[in-house]
Amino acid sequence: MSRCSTLVPIPAPLYILKMGKHDLRQKLAILSDAAKYDASCASSGTAKRSSRDGSGIGSTEGSGICHAYAPDGRCISLLKILMTNFCIYDCAYCVNRVSSNIERARFTPDEIVTLTLEFYRRNYIEGLFLSSGIIRSPDATMADMVQVVRTLRETHNFRGYIHLKTIPDADPLLIEEAGKHADRLSMNVELPTDASVKQYAPEKDPATIRKAMAKVRLSKEAAGEKSHSGKRPARFAPAGQSTQMIIGADASTDATILGQSTRLYSSYKLKRVYYSAFSPIPDATAALPLIRPPLEREHRLYQADWLLRFYGFGLEEITGATKDGNLDLQIDPKLAWALANRHHFPLDVNRAPREMLLRVPGFGVKSVDRIVATRRHRSLRYEDLTRMGANLKKARAFVTVRGWTPGALTDSADLRARFAPPPEQLALF
Amino acid sequence: MRRVALPRLGTAAAWRNAARGCLAASIPPEDLVWSYDGADGDLFSALAEPAPMEGTVSVPKSFVPLAETVCWHEDPERFARLYAFLWRLRGHPALMADRGDAGLARLREMEKAVRRDIHKMRAFLRFREIDGLGARRRFAAWFEPTHHIAEPNAPFFARRFGDMDWVIQTPDLQVTFTEGEIAFGPGAAKPPLPEDATEALWSTYFRNIFNPARLKVKAMQAEMPKKYWKNMPEAAAIPELIAGAAARARAMQEAAPTLAPARAARIKERLPMPGLLPDDAPEADTLDALRVEAQGCTRCPLYRDATQVVMGEGPPDAPLMVVGEQPGDQEDLAGRPFVGPAGQLFDQIAEEAGLDRSRAYVTNAVKHFKFTPRGKRRIHQKPDAGEVAACRWWVEAERELLRPKLILAMGATAAASVTGQGAGIMKRRGTFEQTEDGTPVLLTLHPSYLLRVPNEAAKAAATRDFRADLELAAARIAELA
Repeated sequence: MSRCSTLVPIPAPLYILKMGKHDLRQKLAILSDAAKYDASCASSGTAKRSSRDGSGIGSTEGSGICHAYAPDGRCISLLKILMTNFCIYDCAYCVNRVSSNIERARFTPDEIVTLTLEFYRRNYIEGLFLSSGIIRSPDATMADMVQVVRTLRETHNFRGYIHLKTIPDADPLLIEEAGKHADRLSMNVELPTDASVKQYAPEKDPATIRKAMAKVRLSKEAAGEKSHSGKRPARFAPAGQSTQMIIGADASTDATILGQSTRLYSSYKLKRVYYSAFSPIPDATAALPLIRPPLEREHRLYQADWLLRFYGFGLEEITGATKDGNLDLQIDPKLAWALANRHHFPLDVNRAPREMLLRVPGFGVKSVDRIVATRRHRSLRYEDLTRMGANLKKARAFVTVRGWTPGALTDSADLRARFAPPPEQLALF
Repeated sequence: MRRVALPRLGTAAAWRNAARGCLAASIPPEDLVWSYDGADGDLFSALAEPAPMEGTVSVPKSFVPLAETVCWHEDPERFARLYAFLWRLRGHPALMADRGDAGLARLREMEKAVRRDIHKMRAFLRFREIDGLGARRRFAAWFEPTHHIAEPNAPFFARRFGDMDWVIQTPDLQVTFTEGEIAFGPGAAKPPLPEDATEALWSTYFRNIFNPARLKVKAMQAEMPKKYWKNMPEAAAIPELIAGAAARARAMQEAAPTLAPARAARIKERLPMPGLLPDDAPEADTLDALRVEAQGCTRCPLYRDATQVVMGEGPPDAPLMVVGEQPGDQEDLAGRPFVGPAGQLFDQIAEEAGLDRSRAYVTNAVKHFKFTPRGKRRIHQKPDAGEVAACRWWVEAERELLRPKLILAMGATAAASVTGQGAGIMKRRGTFEQTEDGTPVLLTLHPSYLLRVPNEAAKAAATRDFRADLELAAARIAELA
């Protein structure tokens, strides 16, 4: 039973006071500016589709494509926009909160459909990432978003990628329909702890978000099972679900953040947890200090997230190498672990098991697989490792291989200093 | 000396035929000269004898896609390099897996460069709309690839832009797609393309999706090198965006907080806060009300990691109350008890034992799922005495509202919750005890135990015992009715 379903509908005129004064270009400016704080741009890993037969437009083939990069280094793969930046919620960290004085706008469903198709035809994008502020009620907003994706799929036979930001409080039937049209569904947990959500996003309920993510996982699993008659049910969000957490707005440590991601990955089979460094927004609230976005911290969290998912590290191993529950900002978490656990090193590259090679700083999954494949036939030399893509500047202190032994390097007291960057003057911003 | 002249179109297939023929004829690499697209002229073709273009040889499977890709590389030596490696590969198929071999490493590098170029063409090519020929809309693009990739990339664009006609012009090849047919024409210099109004919208998008507080120019250029910029309409905005970023970010930081607009207060007034029960919420005097009340339970720390409280389910006048241990992975997701594997096993054996499942109220001793995350799975953890004690409050509230004639306690945790004593369940099963208020309790095994017993004989025995206990429960319910 969702307590939020009792939301009192608010009469529309309150929100459309200034409607109609913007042209399409102005709306696009406002509603893409409002959407940029969502980190995800993934367009990969969905079902294979094509329009080769001429009956529609678009294709998806496993790996996504970044069609441009903005000067913030982020990939632009999807048309990432809000349907509207009007919102009845008051989340402190959000540029679109009700108490902000930023300019508001709202697309009509047709405008979104047209922009998506015209951008797609010119090869600007892989598809659409549609999100929205909450207007009137969660159900009304979600219904409008579902209408956009349904029109794209059914009226225009659009076979490109669609990522739909799902509103957790919305009617499950709407979420069910969204999953039939969208490749990916996502709901943001917003902040790393329930307490922080209560403090900074008072209208959001972490329990409702978790329940909605659970439902998406169940729907996706049900869509993967054949029925008694052997018929496959309709696909449901073939590229899975993801979420996002804002980093640096509250006081949560990296250990808390990674603990939360580990739980989310295991509970709801998320494809990704995105970490978004809290960054200055226009017309910010006084409740949150506007700091320089902790980009380095965000980067370290992604590295740790990868170690947890693809390198066989346990949560305690990564957070255990830190003093205050935060990752070392100067060196990467794998190197930090290796420096704190030098008794495992140096490893003999020609003999060490794969799971230990994965723990060598400077060795990635690909280089480890190449090492393992090649050493079946002959023993490896130092030069081989360079050709296999290993970063030997990092790895050399931790391995022995024909033509190389680190000697006392592995245990030398100044090993950390060799990797950590020299102290630099603090930038003004 | 033998010569192989490879055509501009279908280069990879032609190289493959020639390599096959030469290898079958044992022609060593140093006796072969490769030419591409008539590059070496007539004089040369008069001097050398053409190489055989067919034969049968076997090569490691993974060599085929490597050769196919490397053939599109711009390096004039690519055909010779491939053949030299193929020559070494005879009798040494393991060489293919040797990532340290310098010859292979070079080919893999070339393969990677071609793949990257193919990918960048798919990413950075930009169409403009031009006049259509018929019912289909028509688009054109100019692109300058580094390698000879326009031909192998054509099917991708045909799969993607199936319902429109298009032309892609590159310096050495033209690709057209008309009414669903791909065709190739000669290369040309950049043709004039008409203005396309959608480019202004796209540039607007590019400017506004950029976050000036996160300037990372190097990261952008690593993925989108400058050489592509001149043909991308949005790239014109880049210098200005970079130049203004620091000032924009500083302005956002320095701006004083503003007063909320007047409508904000009106809107917030009408929004109920989550997690708060209405002030006039009734006492939990029905099972439904109890379920609502339990949603906010924080009596023990388990609520932090679980999805939701899972309360019992069943008719409010059920004569039988079945108590299990705790919700599992599936129950936690669905918010309903007994829907996972153990619950399904219970349903099945209950039916065999003649126990009317629809007349039973099923619930758990602990209402939140306790687990440890491990990769993509959650590993079940047994609740401890403190958690069982904390949750007893709910189990007793359920029992008091339900007033069952019999309680079936399954497993040690349920026994501890209902009778205060969890030890010795194997000896106590099949016997009746009672709760503090005198409700009879039949003890039995937990169905998940049946799923975990390692050997078949023990499993069969445990299942038999469990079924007998359920039959006993069914008989007692009939007696008491």
